[in-house]
Parts: sequence; C-alpha cells; structure tokens
Amino acid sequence: MDEREHIIEVKDMVKKFGSFTANDHLTFHVEKGEIFGFLGANGAGKTTAMRILCGLSYPTSGEIHVAGHDVYRERERIKRKIGYMSQKFSLYEDLTVSENIHLYAGIYGLRRKQIAAREEQLLERLGLSHIRNRLIREIPLGWKQKLAFSVAIFHQPAVVFLDEPTGGVDPITRRQFWEMIHDATEEGITVFVTTHYMDEAEYCDRVSIMVDGRIDALDNPAALKQQYESKNMNEVFLKLART
Amino acid sequence: MSLIIDHIDLSFGSLQALKQVNFEVKDGELFGLIGPDGAGKSSLFRIMASLLIPDNGRCLMHGHDVVKDYREVRKIIGYMPGRFSLYMDLSVEENLAFYARVFGTNVEENYELIRDVYEQIAPFKKRLAGKLSGGMKQKLALSCALIHRPEVLILDEPTTGVDAVSRREFWDMLKKIQNEGITIVVSTPYMDEAEMCDRVGLIQKGKLLEITDPSKPYENDQEQLFSLKSEKGIYAYLDRLRNMEGCKHAWLFGDQLHVTLHSEEDATRVKAALDGMGDSSLEWYKITPSVEDRFMGLISNSEAL
Repeated sequence: MDEREHIIEVKDMVKKFGSFTANDHLTFHVEKGEIFGFLGANGAGKTTAMRILCGLSYPTSGEIHVAGHDVYRERERIKRKIGYMSQKFSLYEDLTVSENIHLYAGIYGLRRKQIAAREEQLLERLGLSHIRNRLIREIPLGWKQKLAFSVAIFHQPAVVFLDEPTGGVDPITRRQFWEMIHDATEEGITVFVTTHYMDEAEYCDRVSIMVDGRIDALDNPAALKQQYESKNMNEVFLKLART
Repeated sequence: MSLIIDHIDLSFGSLQALKQVNFEVKDGELFGLIGPDGAGKSSLFRIMASLLIPDNGRCLMHGHDVVKDYREVRKIIGYMPGRFSLYMDLSVEENLAFYARVFGTNVEENYELIRDVYEQIAPFKKRLAGKLSGGMKQKLALSCALIHRPEVLILDEPTTGVDAVSRREFWDMLKKIQNEGITIVVSTPYMDEAEMCDRVGLIQKGKLLEITDPSKPYENDQEQLFSLKSEKGIYAYLDRLRNMEGCKHAWLFGDQLHVTLHSEEDATRVKAALDGMGDSSLEWYKITPSVEDRFMGLISNSEAL
C-alpha cells in the first residue's frame, strides 16, 4: 500500500445535471506533493469534477475529501486550503502587480508583515521587482501567468488547481512555467492540473484520462504509454478519447 | 501567388504590433503562422481580411490590394476569426443559409465542399448556434467560411482551447479542403500543428522570425541538439546540464530534455561528464530539431523573455 498522504480522496463521485451524468462514479486519489494531470476531451466532465473538488458545487453522491475535509460539510475549510488558477481568470487587470498580491494574500487571511516579506521574496525570485507598481494589463502574458501561479500558492495551500494554465504562451515560457510547478511540489504543494498540451502530460507524476464522464485510464505516463503501446501521451490520448 | 504580404508595419499607439512583415503564400498551399498570444497573428489576419489597414506596406490577395480592392478581396476569401462570427440566435442551418446568401450563392451549390464538415453537425441543424458545444461551433463556423467556395481560406486560431482529438480531426478536414484546391492560411499557438503545414512562419512580438518547411531537416553545422532520458527522472539533470560549460540551453521536452550544445567538442565533454554520473538508465543521443526546437532557439536568441 502507498504510504503517502492522500490530499484528494474521491470515492464513487457522481454528478448529474437532470438526466445527464457529467461525472459517472469517479474513484481516484491524489498524493501529497505529486503533479496530477487531469486530462480529457472537451465536455468529458473535467470542469464539473474540478468545481466539486474546489468546493464550488455539490456532488450528487459519493465520498470526497480534499485536504482532509468533506466536500459536503466543510467547503469553506477546503477553500482556505486550496489555490486556484486558470488562464481565463487569474489576476485583476486594473490593479498593479503588488496590489494583486496584497488582495489575494488578504483574502486568505495572511498578516500584513507576512505578506510584505513574502512579496519581496516572490518578486525577487520571478525577477519582477522592477515592475511591482505596473498594472497587470501592461505586462506580458508570460509574466502574468508566472505571477498568477505564484499568487495562487502565496498562502501555501495544500493543493493548487491549475485549469489550462499555459494556453497561448510561447514554448519557452510554457516550459519555465512547468519548472515553477515542479519547484512548488518540492515545497510540498500538491498540483492538480488540466491541459490540452499533451507533451505537458509527460511532466505529470500521474495522469488520469476522462472519457464521457468516466476515468478510463489512470497511471504514470510511462505505464500508460506501455499499456496503450504508444510512443507519447498524445497517442495514448487519441486512442482513448477518439470515438 | 495567392497572397503577398509586402513589408507590413502596424502600430496601435506606441505599440508596434507588426514590424516589416514580409512573406508570400503559393496557390494551393497550406501555410501556418505560429506564435504565442500577442505576437501579432490576429492583426495580420485582419489586414488580410481587409478589416484593418496597415501603416506601411501592401497586402495582395490574388493580385487584389486589400485596401483599394477590398470589395473584390472579400468575395474571394473565407475568414474565420478567433471568436467565431456566428449568429448565436440563429439555428445551425439558418447561419449557413445566411452566409451563403450574403455571398450570392446557396447552400446546394457548394454543398460538396462542406459535406464532410457539415454532416457532423447536421443532426443538430435546428439547434441555435449559441447552444452548440465549442467543437460544433468550430465546425459550423468553418462551413460558413467555406460556403461560397473561397480561393483563400483564412483561419485565425481555429483550434485554440480545443482538445487533442478534435484538433486532429480539424486538421484532417483542412487537408481535404486543401485538396479541393483552396489555399489556406492558418494561425495556431500549438507547435505540433506546424508539422501539418506545407510551410510555417514563426512569429514573435510582431516580427516574422523565420519561414520553414517542417518536412525538411534544419541545417546547422555548429550547434548540436541532444535528447536526454532517464528512469531517475529528467528534472535532476536540468540544472546540472545548464551549469555545464558548452551548454547553450536545456529544456523539458515531453519525457525528455532537449539540450543544445555550442559545438562538437562540447558534445564530447558533456557526454563524458554524463557517463561519469553512473546512471545506467541514462539515454543520450543526437537528434534533429523539430519546429518547436527551432522556435525556442530563435526566441532565446532574439531577446530576453
């Protein structure tokens, strides 16, 4: 048996919208400190599942715990222990870099002194100290994404949810972003990520692939490639998700 | 030539969106424009579609100037903008009939051309376009852009945000359309789609960095590109390699690292250093650069990110 702590534990999760079953008895877990890739075609049910895990919507049935808390009764506790970032919604365009950091940190209840110290660290590490007072809308997309990720883990959450975080950036920025994700796991943060870039599936410790509301495959990339006799994750995905 | 882009400049206030962009697309070619958000792809496409006037330079579509002869240009192009220009409160078949009539034709006349695409959404032809899934909207928008049998099809990021399966299907459709003799200019942020084009232009920050034929290997007598794989994981090697003398850059690349070394001598030295690490699962071999490798090399040369 695996000894590592399960940050996300999902047993028989079902979510129905009327007669439509968006999540059909999902069972899986995510271990502490791993990068877990949550893949699937558009409409396979990824967003629905992610919303439940983030405490934004109730499942129809099933037993689900995130960071040790029950998704039915302890949603507010879950929200305090997670981070979230998507390409579409991340930072406030009409606030400065520094204001965004303070806003998010304040929402998560960090104290002013704590915020100031960590802000310095963060800006220095990203090399963004010189633009701390610039509006978000004035800085390049690649910087925004790195900053958005840093802000999402600023309160040191147990798990961070990344919903297609790398859309639209150049190939080098995309790779730098993944190096940041990897660094975060070294600090003990668990990463739950969706992406349409199949090479990024290779950077995950384990990957699940959803098809029509079910998880049809779940393993580490090397094992999946072997099982589906594919040379890369793109082929695995095409074999599973193509109808 | 289907399309001539002749030294185009474009600015929005102090922002230079396009800088001396210059290239040609041949008749019947499938030409890809690849680059990240903000590179200038959409601005260039809007110029081609006669919707935006460049500050300098010319754009000729089948010999027609897109500024002076815009009426002529609009008849011979099909344009699919990034945000599909469908009428959300019209049904699938109403959208198609509307586009056909705007171009003075009807759905029957060119149905053969769109049959493959349209039949996938035909079962939902009474449904409002606003109620379609992303993939179905994309197929309807493509049908609408094709219904007047354009000479040149201009597709602005048709696959952004679309899953790998639908992207593959979309490119299969494009190949068929190309076989009908239609010239296609398409933009994408996905590097793997470059391999599907006859030629690709790599664009970054308003500058066309290079035009290449993905089927032809790159010639470079100096730099050496290597792939590294290890069962112990590749992250551990990333910093080690970057700190080695002679290493130009090292990046994650799927389940491998791609490592660019300055010269053959460096390759010998790095190989020896890696051998000394005692990792029996280590695989290290020379490879030819893909379009993505090439693009990464060009942007890291051009300016700091």
